[in-house]
Amino acid sequence: IMLKGMTRLVSRVHKAKHGEQHVGQHYNISIQELKTVFPHGLPPRFVMQVKTFNEACLMVRKPALELLHYLKNTNFAHPAVRYVLYGEKGTGKTLSLCHIIHFCAKQDWLILHIPDAHLWVKNCRDLLQSTYNKQRFDQPLEASVWLKNFKTANERFLSQIKVQDKYVWNKRESTEKGSPLAEVVEQGIMRVRNATDAVGIVLKELKRQSSLGIFRLLVAVDGVNALWGRTTLKREDKSLIAPEELALIYNLRKMVKNDWQGGAIVLTVSQTGSLFKPRKAYLPQELLGKEGFDTLDPFIPILVSNYNPKEFEACIQYYLENSWLQHEKAHTEEGKKELLFLSNRNPGLLERLCAYL
Amino acid sequence: MRSTCQILRLKHSPAVTTKKNVAALRRESYTVDFIKKQIEEFNIGKRHLANMMGEDPETFTQEDIDRAITYLFPSGLFEKRARPIMKHPEEIFPKQRAIQWGEDGRPFHFLFYTGKQSYYSLMHEAYGKVLHVEERQDQLRAKGLFSEKPKTKDPIGSRWLIKEELEEMLVEKLSDQDYAQFIRLLERLSALPCDAAEEEFVGRFRRTVTVQSKKHLIEPLQYDEQGMAFSTGRGKRKTANAEAVVHGHGSGKIEINGVDYLLYFPVTQDREQLMFPFHFLDRLGKHDVTCTVSGGGRSSQAGAIRLAVARALCSFITEDEVEWMRQAGLLTTDPRVRERKKPGQEGARRKFTWKKR
Repeated sequence: IMLKGMTRLVSRVHKAKHGEQHVGQHYNISIQELKTVFPHGLPPRFVMQVKTFNEACLMVRKPALELLHYLKNTNFAHPAVRYVLYGEKGTGKTLSLCHIIHFCAKQDWLILHIPDAHLWVKNCRDLLQSTYNKQRFDQPLEASVWLKNFKTANERFLSQIKVQDKYVWNKRESTEKGSPLAEVVEQGIMRVRNATDAVGIVLKELKRQSSLGIFRLLVAVDGVNALWGRTTLKREDKSLIAPEELALIYNLRKMVKNDWQGGAIVLTVSQTGSLFKPRKAYLPQELLGKEGFDTLDPFIPILVSNYNPKEFEACIQYYLENSWLQHEKAHTEEGKKELLFLSNRNPGLLERLCAYL
Repeated sequence: MRSTCQILRLKHSPAVTTKKNVAALRRESYTVDFIKKQIEEFNIGKRHLANMMGEDPETFTQEDIDRAITYLFPSGLFEKRARPIMKHPEEIFPKQRAIQWGEDGRPFHFLFYTGKQSYYSLMHEAYGKVLHVEERQDQLRAKGLFSEKPKTKDPIGSRWLIKEELEEMLVEKLSDQDYAQFIRLLERLSALPCDAAEEEFVGRFRRTVTVQSKKHLIEPLQYDEQGMAFSTGRGKRKTANAEAVVHGHGSGKIEINGVDYLLYFPVTQDREQLMFPFHFLDRLGKHDVTCTVSGGGRSSQAGAIRLAVARALCSFITEDEVEWMRQAGLLTTDPRVRERKKPGQEGARRKFTWKKR
């Protein structure tokens, strides 16, 4: 692929080389890598853009660079540090998260990526009473889908990691101690009823074993404010379910607590999928609520803001190079100024504006 | 002979017949006495009104009367002509022609039998003046004192009478050709070098035209502490009121009620409305706006802010650009308000479903 103009930096070699001077430049991810690293997790509009342009290009931006810097200098003996990406709607939190994940995948970390925690607290068709704990509820569909994607993302690790406990699924099936994690995942995918428990086991094992230092674990959750908000799910007698009563959420909460070493936790708070939160809320305090904020308390907040002028220029150049902006005025200064004004340099809005030009 | 004509005339004098009431078809004729009585009543009423309002009856002008009537009889009707008025009877009752023939039946005016006596007498007079001027010119030329004086006429300040106004003046119906002929004659007269008397004659048929844009008040520019120029403007649309403060030398940021315009107006259409004044004057990224808005809905608030911003921007630009803005409709308050619902109909215009039986 030829270098298209000044805005492109083809650095498939190493993201580790990204530095301050690369802010505003796009870098390429090949489609194969996309399928392995991101079976789930990319925002849907971005997926459409990838399909249209036939290539995936992410822009290097300051928040992501900052996080990468921290990640490069993490001390894995210390408990995992929590980073929270926050910002207004459409500023690029999810894509920054994806940038981080890609970097870590390249560095051979184990990626535990939950694409959108909000999907687990709403619109669930079938809720089963959990087999493990009578108080909680299972979500077989969501759990099995997630297990499938997890398997695609981290194939090579699943055979290396060994389970340290014996797990009995039902009268006939059980997993012995010392068998690879892949078996647990298989079990979850095949027996949908036990999928939630399989997820719980995976999380527990990973947490335990990352402290041993065999691998490095990156926990990436998008929309973490769902874990402490409210749900729209109801029991058969139409009474509301609190998030703690969902097994998936319960296990995930244990995951984001920083009582393990050997990795990092990167979280995003977003209003877009959240339930019962006002549209203008974007600060972690508002979105997480008191309980969530206290649980996550020592964390590093990273603000993701709108494009600065250089990034905006770069984005427009990218669209122009891919012949995405068809209006004659798009090349001129006035056209750019109009777009600037209308979108106020918000990446999401700019993308939506350009989509219908 | 004459007495029989009189008797005949007496017999044919119009009397109340037993035919059906054609009062509505017959044009109402007001007698001179009636008009005189109305004038007396009007004057007495004017003095009473002045006493009521606590003002001096001697110096009570028509404007004072209008103000008093709008105060005493407030009306919410949209049509200004339907509101209560108290004006001199000359303005209210249409001008009637006095009977133009004497007791013996002979008409007073020599052109009575043309049908349009005042019109033809006017044409006669004007043509007489033309001939007079030409005669004078010939005399001067014969004496050799003729000098070509170019006419200095105010091209824009005044206009000829329109046909309706001429009809009103002559109390006669005219046709379009008559009117055109008359105007041509007047043009011919005014093209020749005229005396003061002729100028005055022509002046009777010209009306001044007020240039619209000069009605607009001059807007001063204010300077705040740092020495930066700013100006305020107000705008209204439907029920929304907006007040905008536009600073020169900004970066294109707009803040509404303390919130960024991107969050306040998530709809692109509203932001386009805000963009219009700046885009029109090519000053997209140059000004900062802080404004407050209340009332109305989303679209009317956008319109109100647009008007306020345009009015505030008038201080920063040249006179020509103000004129262009006015012609583009940026400086006019939109008069459209919600129409009231009428009884017997479902809405303002929508009638109830019509059932044949």
